[in-house]
Parts: sequence; structure tokens; C-alpha cells
Amino acid sequence: MKELLKNKIAFAGMIFILVIIAFAILAPLISPYDPTQIDSKDILSRPSAKHIFGTDTLGRDVLSRIIYGSRISLSIGIIAVGIAVLIGIFFGSVAGYYGGKIDSAIMRFVDMMLCFPTLFLILAVIALLEPSILNIMVVIGATSWMGVARLVRAEILTLKERDYINAARLMGASDCRIIFRHLIPNAIGPVLVSATLGIGGAILIESALSFLGIGVQPPTPSWGNILMDGKSTLGVAWWVTVFPGLFIFFTVLSYNLLGEALRDIFETRLK
Amino acid sequence: MPEKILQVKGLKVHFETPHGVVRAVDGIDIDVLRHEVFGLVGESGCGKTLSALSILGLVRSPGRIAGGHIYFNGADIVGKDERSLRKMRGAKIAMVFQEPASAFNPVFTIGYQITESILAHQKIGKKRAEELSLEFLEKVHVPDPVRVYHDYPHQLSGGMKQRAMIAMALVNYPQLLILDEPTTALDVTIQAGILELLLEIRQEEDVSMLFISHDFGVIAKMCDRVGVMHKGRIVESGAAGDILNNPRERYTISLLESVKALS
Repeated sequence: MKELLKNKIAFAGMIFILVIIAFAILAPLISPYDPTQIDSKDILSRPSAKHIFGTDTLGRDVLSRIIYGSRISLSIGIIAVGIAVLIGIFFGSVAGYYGGKIDSAIMRFVDMMLCFPTLFLILAVIALLEPSILNIMVVIGATSWMGVARLVRAEILTLKERDYINAARLMGASDCRIIFRHLIPNAIGPVLVSATLGIGGAILIESALSFLGIGVQPPTPSWGNILMDGKSTLGVAWWVTVFPGLFIFFTVLSYNLLGEALRDIFETRLK
Repeated sequence: MPEKILQVKGLKVHFETPHGVVRAVDGIDIDVLRHEVFGLVGESGCGKTLSALSILGLVRSPGRIAGGHIYFNGADIVGKDERSLRKMRGAKIAMVFQEPASAFNPVFTIGYQITESILAHQKIGKKRAEELSLEFLEKVHVPDPVRVYHDYPHQLSGGMKQRAMIAMALVNYPQLLILDEPTTALDVTIQAGILELLLEIRQEEDVSMLFISHDFGVIAKMCDRVGVMHKGRIVESGAAGDILNNPRERYTISLLESVKALS
């Protein structure tokens, strides 16, 4: 934690993430308007004291929509990565620990999954299911666990040769106990880094999906579909697209900076 | 004749490699009597550690026990199923590893790991197990046992860790303690302290030891009987004094001479 505070850029990223999380949690308290309130008399008004980020084609306050959108975008990012990490840890640790045929089977499956272009895979799945928020989380999670699996497998491969794993086995610990109690806690550092970086990626994928109209469905605001709403009027009303775009940009940047900083910390500590 | 705690007969451990079978342990016989210290001595890579691991049933693929028997308290443990092996390990046979730095899991405290080891084998309450852990830490003479109990492995020196490791090996009152080069990774003064401790344990506890080392000085100090191992075979065995003073085999003689040449 101390080391994190020393890295000023990463610290700024962390602050920004905390602010966005506060936005998401306190949305009903801090947003100036109802994000779905249509006002036909006040469409596409410029940023002003009344509407700090202006209004969109239906007269909805862009700032309020961004604040409410942060709830959707962040929760999709975090939960999708959570799902990816759980799947990845499971397959990675089983592959690394047992080795041999089980390892080969799992890793070839991972290779196969990596061959699919992620976005098109997601498009295909969403086309079959309906584009609900839950489906989007699950689909993003289910298509982005391979990196974590490889990472965990590599960690487990080196960790399982340590004497304390022999000692645990000696103590009479079962395979399950050795994997979950002794190996995974030691392998969690790199996973945490990859998860932090992954949240940024997941937010981007969600934005892309929503921008294409198959993500979060209107009127529920997410950063991606606010962007989409603004694209038709980009020439006359830049504020509808630029502000959510900036939020996506800075949020993803912050997660990446934080992830990089965590990597530096874990690498010096573990090696 | 005192009873044999451990009797290894014709043990073979082979590794299947793409270049053929490697006979890492090639038919060894070891008897460890009750309350004695048996030394296994030999150069690096001669199969000492592997022999120890096979006694614990910890040989892993691509290695396998290709033949022979290991009788512990009269019962053969070769070919026993995983579940009954698990009950025996740690409780009846315990092991102290060469490298104290990697013998403790870095994410748990020393006390937690010792307590966990007690709870795995003894049917006692958590509170009692914690007290017992502390008692054993005192027994191995770590200064300030309470602090050590709450320390993480990286907070202790190598010697302290090895003492804690010995405490952890003893908590379940094993009948056989396997020590795999327990002092090799430590510097000389610490080494002397650990050996003193082991001799003291030998006096106080009812435990036999299989002491693996490449150091004749250590072997001479610790062991009643010695087996000299070379290329997976035991070339000579007998009372420690006989082997060290009147070696019969060429290999033993050359090994002893190489030590003399150094000192």
C-alpha cells in the first residue's frame, strides 16, 4: 500500500477510480436530474450552469446519464472480470497441479478459445441470447478467462515443486486442500494485476457492444450507449459524445496505471 | 535385537525418460532400528533424497517405485492407497527438508502452519493445538516463541526457520524422523546449534532418525550406523565408527580421502 502511494501516477489513477466508484454508489444523491427524464423543450443544449455537460437529442442531462452509466459500466467491468478470474483460476490451477493429459486437454481448450476473435464470439452469443446486462457480464467473463488460466498454470507449475507443498502433502493434506489452501494464495499476486488490467478491457468491450447497439439497451444508460446516442449529432453537439468518451478513456487508463503499479509491487516482492 | 522401525528391501525408483529408464535408486536395503540414528551418506545426485521421498510415498511422475518393499512397523507401504498413506505421513513419519526457506508456506504464519499440522492428525481442540504448538517451539529453543508463533516465514532467519521446521515435524510424535540435509543450507555456527538440538531430541523423545547428509563430520557426530550410497546403490553399511575408521569399499575410501584432502 505504501509503495502504491509512492507512485504518483498510479495514485492519481486510484483516486479517479475511487471517485467513479463513489459516483456509481451515490448516483441517486449526486446526479442533478433523472437520467431518463425527457425534456422536449431543452434538446441538445450546450454545456451550461444548468446542464454542466449539456443535454442529448431527447433533452436528457448528459452528466446524470454518465453518473448513472458508471453504475452499469463499472459493475459489468468488475463482475465480468470476477467471472473470468474464477474460471481462469479453476482451470489454470487444475492444469498446473495435475499436469500430464489433464494439463494438455485444458491448455489446448484455452488455445482454441484464444483463436476466436473475442468481439465476434460475443456478438454471436448475444445474438442468440438477449442482450441483458447479466448476459453481457457472463459472456465477457466466459470469453476472457484464458489469460488468467495461463498465468495461474505457470505460477502453480513453479510453486508445486516447493518444499512446503511437499510438507503439506506430508502432513496428509488432500489435493483439493493443497491447491486451494496452499497454492492459490501464493499465485494470487499476478492474477490481481491481470484482473485490474482486465477491468479496463471489460469496460471497453461493454462500451463497444453498447455502441453497436447490442450491449446495454436504452433507456438504461451505459457509457457505450450514451456515445451511440450522440454519434448522429456529433457535428452539432460534440458534448454528448466527448464527455462519456472521456470518462471511458480516463477510467480505462486509471485501471491500466493501477494494474501496472501493482505489477511492479508484486514483482519486486515475490521475486 | 531391537525392533526395526523401518525396513527397506530392494527398493528401486526408476524414471521413465525419452532416452530410456534412469535407475535413480537401484535396489537399496536400509534398516532403521528403534531409537537409533541411521545416516545415509553420499555425493549429490546419488539418490539419497529420492530414497527418503519414496519412504513417504512422495515419488511423483515420471518417477515411480519400480520394485522392492518398504516396511514401516512391519507393514509394507509400497502400493498402499493414497488415503492410508495420508494418515501415516506426518503422524508416524515426519520430514525436515534441506532448505528451510522454502519449507514453510510464505502466506501463513509459523504458528498457523504448526497448528494446522497438529489438527490434521490429532483429535484435539484448536485452543489445545495452539498451546501445543507453542510448547514445541519452546522445546526447539527459539528465543521468544510467542513472537515466532505470530511471525511469517520471511521474518525469521534460516536457523530459526529450521528450528521451527523441526518443531513442526515433532508435534505429532512421529516414530521416524527423516532429516534431509537439515544443516546444509545453514552456516557453520547455526549448524552446530541445530545438531545439538537434534541430539537433545534424540535423548528426550522416542524417535528414530534417518539422517541424510554428504558431510562426514555431521554423520560422525550424529549417527549410530551409516549406509554409504553411490549411484543409486548402498555400497557399504555398518556401525558409524567402523565405516569412518576402517572403510572397506573403494568408493567409501575415496570419499573419505577427498574430505581429508580438503581439511
